[in-house]
Amino acid sequence: MTFLSYLISGISLGSVYAIIALGYTMVYGIAKMLNFAHGDVIMVGAYISFCTTSYLGLSPLVSVLLAIVVCTVLGIVIERLAYKPLRQAPALAVLITAIGVSYFLQNAALLIWGSSSKTFSSVVGDWSIKLFNDQLTITGVTIVTVLACVVIMVALTLFTTKTKLGTAMRAVSEDKGAAQLMGISVNSTISLTFAIGSGLAAIAGVLLCSAYPMLMPTTGSMPGIKAFTAAVFGGIGSIPGAMIGGILLGIIEIFAKAYISTQLSDAVVFAVLIVVLLVKPDGLLGKRVSEKV
Amino acid sequence: MAMLTVENLNVYYGMIHALKDVSFEVNQGEIVALIGANGAGKTTTLHTVSGMLPAKSGSVKFEGKEIIKTPGHQIVSLGMSHVPEGRRVFAGLSVYENLKMGAYTRKDKKEIADTLEMVYTRFPRLKERTRQLAGTLSGGEQQMLAMGRALMAHPKIILMDEPSMGLSPLFVSEIFKIIEEINKQGVTVLLVEQNAKKALSIANRAYVLETGKIVKEGNARDLLNDESIKKAYLGE
Repeated sequence: MTFLSYLISGISLGSVYAIIALGYTMVYGIAKMLNFAHGDVIMVGAYISFCTTSYLGLSPLVSVLLAIVVCTVLGIVIERLAYKPLRQAPALAVLITAIGVSYFLQNAALLIWGSSSKTFSSVVGDWSIKLFNDQLTITGVTIVTVLACVVIMVALTLFTTKTKLGTAMRAVSEDKGAAQLMGISVNSTISLTFAIGSGLAAIAGVLLCSAYPMLMPTTGSMPGIKAFTAAVFGGIGSIPGAMIGGILLGIIEIFAKAYISTQLSDAVVFAVLIVVLLVKPDGLLGKRVSEKV
Repeated sequence: MAMLTVENLNVYYGMIHALKDVSFEVNQGEIVALIGANGAGKTTTLHTVSGMLPAKSGSVKFEGKEIIKTPGHQIVSLGMSHVPEGRRVFAGLSVYENLKMGAYTRKDKKEIADTLEMVYTRFPRLKERTRQLAGTLSGGEQQMLAMGRALMAHPKIILMDEPSMGLSPLFVSEIFKIIEEINKQGVTVLLVEQNAKKALSIANRAYVLETGKIVKEGNARDLLNDESIKKAYLGE
């Protein structure tokens, strides 16, 4: 029974990683860049939700919606100001800029909200269900997190495969020049991708802090790095890959914490990544892209 | 009046002066060929006309309207489609999705469905493979898809860049036959080809590009019989 309960917390943590990883992987797929500031957008989302509930007394649902709106706008603004001017620049310049944006967001949060950690109260509330004569407890946060993850996955899959805009997004990720010849605006598509990814980051931030209620300016960085790992693990650029990578990473992390060592759990997570990449360099669901001649 | 008028076009790649005062025009209903050796600037010309490359100076007028500063993604809705070199179909999208993307800027569902039917009639192979990923098609089929995709925009003019490149001789003849048919249905064609003989045999007029300059122009039939052209481009 403890095994089952570990598995469930693993899936729950993994669902958060998966939602963050989707943002990484979509942005990579379209803009071919690693947005290392993505983790910090999570933190901003959590702070917005925290402030609107604690200081303004808004209901949790409204606070989550506000967090999504703020992060969506933030994502678009970051892309316009920091990354768009570098569209023709070498990849390394963009990468360093992304790290710069990450520090900027962390320090802005430090300035606004201070360095002491805030105690985030769960937006889901404090309820749980007990199964098997009270031997197994599943918290409300866990249930909502996993459900949110499934809903997001299904919605994104339908969006990218069934809608004109989603198909255009895939077209841009394959060939920007040819997509432009079809009349697709590459800039708008990149903005849209940042908007979706950042909106998802807000949801991830709120869910993460509902499960682990310590909120600090650096709250987003470690989950951000792990979600990036998850995206690479699943095959960067692939939406189902990000999902599977995220959930597997969460499960591995919780099992490592439970059965190996709490201190070593992160090392185990990254060791698994290294092994997977040695065996399958493109990740679990990654496509091998042949170099264009 | 000319449908497409290009005047004194100058394009640079960094320090390299790729197009030098290139001027030409395409009249409604014509097939006009741009021929020349590798690196003469044929593809650069097409890219500049369709807004994929910025020009240093010069003018591109389409139906009398200056489009040199128009962003690339707004060109297609004016009625100009571009079938790029190397086909560049969206490999991970199905044949159907590729064709849908061709009609991206069009709104009327009924008209799009009619055009799709027309494209399927012209290219029955695409209809057979409608659910297949474009990347799994043969080179000739991909060329048909790229042309079908361009037709989905319901263009007045199509720019075609090396449609015969890398295709088997059988497919080459078929592709040229299709270009003639498309033209007969009222679509003007600006054709860039290395296969100068084939291009001149279907074109009305042609321009010869050499290291970024137009060095010769004329009636396609006359150029086919021109001694210097024969020597340089027709291998005779």
